[in-house]
Amino acid sequence: MSYEAVIGIETHVELQTASKMFCGCPTDFGAEPNTNVCPVCLGLPGALPVPNERAIEWTVALGIALGCEISQHSVFHRKNYFYADLPKNYQISQFDLPLCVGGHLEVDPGSGVRRVGITRVHLEEDTGKSTHLGGGGRIHDAEGALIDFNRSGIPLLEVVTEPDIRSPEEARAYAQELRAIVLALGISDARLEEGSLRFDANVSLRPEGADELGIKVEVKNMNSLRSLQRALAFEIERQTALLDKGEAIDQETRHWDEEAGRTEPGRSKEESSDYRYFPEPDLVPIQTNPEAVERIRGALPELPALRRARHIALGVEPAAAATMASAGLAAMFDDAVSAGADPRAAANWVTGEITAHLNRTGDDPSDLVMDGRGLAELVGMIGGGELSSTAAKEVLIGVLAGEGSPREVAAAKDLMQISDESAIVSEVDAVIETHPDEVARMKDGDERLAGFLVGQVMKATGGRADPRLVDRLIRERVGL
Amino acid sequence: MPIDIDITKVARLARIGLTAEELAHYEEQLQVILEHAARVQALPTEGVAPTAHPLPMVNAFRPDEVEQTLDREEVLSQAPDREGPYFRVPPFLDE
Repeated sequence: MSYEAVIGIETHVELQTASKMFCGCPTDFGAEPNTNVCPVCLGLPGALPVPNERAIEWTVALGIALGCEISQHSVFHRKNYFYADLPKNYQISQFDLPLCVGGHLEVDPGSGVRRVGITRVHLEEDTGKSTHLGGGGRIHDAEGALIDFNRSGIPLLEVVTEPDIRSPEEARAYAQELRAIVLALGISDARLEEGSLRFDANVSLRPEGADELGIKVEVKNMNSLRSLQRALAFEIERQTALLDKGEAIDQETRHWDEEAGRTEPGRSKEESSDYRYFPEPDLVPIQTNPEAVERIRGALPELPALRRARHIALGVEPAAAATMASAGLAAMFDDAVSAGADPRAAANWVTGEITAHLNRTGDDPSDLVMDGRGLAELVGMIGGGELSSTAAKEVLIGVLAGEGSPREVAAAKDLMQISDESAIVSEVDAVIETHPDEVARMKDGDERLAGFLVGQVMKATGGRADPRLVDRLIRERVGL
Repeated sequence: MPIDIDITKVARLARIGLTAEELAHYEEQLQVILEHAARVQALPTEGVAPTAHPLPMVNAFRPDEVEQTLDREEVLSQAPDREGPYFRVPPFLDE
């Protein structure tokens, strides 16, 4: 039988506030274990939480960006939770009165625009980090665990979608767009490999055309956009095979095993009511005032969808516009264009060589030593015939290594293109002199030989002559 | 009017191992609490907005500023077990 997949995604976003959600401990990633801790995030008796105002403003900002309604009255709840990575035995989260409700996000997996409903955006605290000991890395066979509470209490946003997603490709496109928005807002570094953006998905199948929802499976532990897509594809295939055999789907939580390329059963699903949410008595309610919400709305940066549309209008290819937005490189492009760079050329460099450099080094766009102005200079030098595109790649490597501006690097490495006619004429004449046969055949109409002769001049000048100028000079000399 | 309590389930959800006598003891105490809650619930509350907090107060926030953390050695010295810079705990996710 043919089935339709019904997918909803829960995304956890770690906010990059300076301090934690309910205490003043720093949030920096990679600090020595158990150094960013205090009585509040260690759950010591008597310690009292106080919410971080910036985390609340950023949650509202994301809510606005997703078209949500911002609740005027919002409350923190306790969610009972019995794992050693959160020592209070509860997590402060939100339940029936989240900060943001009812938005949507338009995504394009390449097959047309789809609208994904956003159920809610709420704020909670992250857990500590646990490392399970022994058992060959299998949680079920572990002999114990080591806990680092540095992550405990870092503000965590949860964005929940409606079950509107129909394929792994759409899921990936949604995740990518959400990530681009989070980056544009500057509220998280959104690094999947460091866990600052994490995805869980609910997947069920139903016969094509049916309205009723099937039994859903929750898939966890997807640590990249690629694994999100792969895990969902695997899960759809697994459930299809079971249904085709007439077997029932277990409502359960499954973990994605990236190496094995399959999902495995996890701990049994607790009913929502078993978390026994109740209002956090240590925290008073949040009342958002409409002027404050409007102030946040007015201060929002340009969002990725609008930015892409603007870039496409400038002549940038849609795929390049999407790449720039999701890689956090759109600002560099904009700076280059306002410094006078040709948009199409600037986009090619940003999505080509500069992205390749970031992939190679693992750096963040913010680590780049070249800014948009530098890129404009590089693009301008190529357009003005001062630099060949081959030489420009070498110049870029130097600039990104901190050796100076494009012009300085080109001069230091002797890569400036020779565009001065008088400096090339002698080389052109010499090549014509030493290749009489080729010149004769060219005169007889074999145009291809022009390319050969240009190549000879380029070789003689160490690749530094402007090939367009050389071509013109040769044609003039030969008399074409 | 006695209220039905699944005391074993309550104990299991709280991850507390209790003897039969203790279960009976706590069931009796919880009965009293629930009977009180039932009396409160019986009050006419139409037109009264739900309250999440007894204090007439909202928006108690702190600015996003880093404050002093605790000394790690002092923190770990309070733990029943440690391994290097980490707390060591029994296996979990093992139900």
